[in-house]
Amino acid sequence: MNSFLGALAWLADPANWAGDDGIPVRLLEHIGITAVAVFIAAVIAISLGLFIGHTGRLSFLVVSTTGALRALPTLGLLVLFALWLGIGIGPVIIVLVILAIPPLLAGAYAGVESVDRATIDAARAIGMTEWQILTRVEVPLGLPIIVGGLRSAVLQVVATATIAAYLPIGGLGRYIFDFLPLRRFEPVFAGAILVTVLALVLEGVFAAIQRLAVPKGVRILRGSPAALGAGRPARVEPAADSDGADSGGADSDRPEYGGGPTSSPPASHTHSHPTQ
Amino acid sequence: MIAFEGVSKRFPDGSLAVDDFTLTIPSRSTTVLVGSSGSGKTTLLRMINRMVDPTGGRITIDGDDVAKLDPVKLRRRIGYVMQNSGLLPHRTVIDNVANVPILDGVKKSEAHAHALELLDTVGLDRSLAKRYPAQLSGGQQQRVGVARGLAVDPNILLMDEPFGAVDPLVRDELQQELLRIQRELSKTIVFVTHDIDEAFLLGDQVVILRTGGIVAQAGTPAEILANPADEFVASFVGAERGRRALHIDAEHGDRVLVDGTGRVAGVLTDGPGGMAGTAAGSAPE
Repeated sequence: MNSFLGALAWLADPANWAGDDGIPVRLLEHIGITAVAVFIAAVIAISLGLFIGHTGRLSFLVVSTTGALRALPTLGLLVLFALWLGIGIGPVIIVLVILAIPPLLAGAYAGVESVDRATIDAARAIGMTEWQILTRVEVPLGLPIIVGGLRSAVLQVVATATIAAYLPIGGLGRYIFDFLPLRRFEPVFAGAILVTVLALVLEGVFAAIQRLAVPKGVRILRGSPAALGAGRPARVEPAADSDGADSGGADSDRPEYGGGPTSSPPASHTHSHPTQ
Repeated sequence: MIAFEGVSKRFPDGSLAVDDFTLTIPSRSTTVLVGSSGSGKTTLLRMINRMVDPTGGRITIDGDDVAKLDPVKLRRRIGYVMQNSGLLPHRTVIDNVANVPILDGVKKSEAHAHALELLDTVGLDRSLAKRYPAQLSGGQQQRVGVARGLAVDPNILLMDEPFGAVDPLVRDELQQELLRIQRELSKTIVFVTHDIDEAFLLGDQVVILRTGGIVAQAGTPAEILANPADEFVASFVGAERGRRALHIDAEHGDRVLVDGTGRVAGVLTDGPGGMAGTAAGSAPE
């Protein structure tokens, strides 16, 4: 508890909010690393997921990659890539991209897959091209689930981006990795708190975006306004690691995504570092 | 004119849905394909706009082999109406109706204006234009489906059990509306149903199919009723059970009609303008 209060005191110290290693700089670095990794992963995984969902081809890829990629230990992978490519931002981004691909792929695939086959058949029968069916029917109707995949990916990456400091690049992880050997636990705790708060804020933002992603005509279909409330879209989200209380078993209702031992809530990474 | 010439369809799983089917569908009239499930009627319908490609034989529209036409262009000049409307749930009524014309390059304002006229045509209030499909009743959705089918002003309208999922009263209403629309527009309509009464009401030509897309009998409703080709047809139209043989039942007065099963079938009136009889097989015009 003293360490916690110490961390709060450290966070309150204006000195820690200035300079090249101040909190705003580290925060921006952290968000930047997350954004770049999720963006690259999204370009790869969402296009692949949409292709698989639309054509029904290669769907085994979704099951196998989501399972296999999730089983990879992120830190071990980081060391491997660092030995191979040298110290730098490259290995960090690669590792985070690998981490973000499974939820994005699964979300894009499941989003397209969730659209009523009769609706797609009708769209084709009236003369929409395959591209028009994808962009004007499948993506808009599957958007809440696609965004769900993005939400999940962002959450996992923002928590895991902490390890960028291991090389040492930047981001909020620097407070953890730099001060742990010095046994100065206030900044270590403060770093963990900052990562957690950032993760929670992003979670809230994406939960809101996911809700807004439900097309209006579909919201009506679901009936009463109460049905629009908390959790409705989240329940169909591919990897709902994010939902606080029930996060432990969130994968169990979608067995095809192979929730392995690595699918535990990402927030636990940040909590566990200070105690190592 | 649509012509099926020795058309077969074997699905990848090996099942033969249609075997050597030949039929000519005349222009500007309604042809109804009727049969039970497994008769291949929907498969036949979907071959016309290349939603299904035959594995043998060919289909021509006014002499052009459809296999040589681009499927998207072909589908855009053929109206398609299906069960459960198939409307896009995230688009409003007017956007659904104007969808294909806009994709075809018609200006949005023009397409919307035309879509509103089409709502009039199918008997829908223009105030529904901004609603979403989920806000409409089943019957209203089917009307929007018909309006969408008519949006590109097609010569051909394919209808796949369009009234199969609405309740009987609404179905009667929609059938009458379709007859009215057809009187006004004279499209080449190909209509699929499993309901023989619906077939006799709507069809200028009725084609009764048995399993595997084999034509049991094709002709006008009157021809089929007067001379069922075989026992299968007789049984299918209900003639075998006496449902099509009506007599005046003296016990109920001299105007009540009873069929061979003893069911009271309707009332004899002075002309077609009288009370709408339930006597099946009455000619639509």
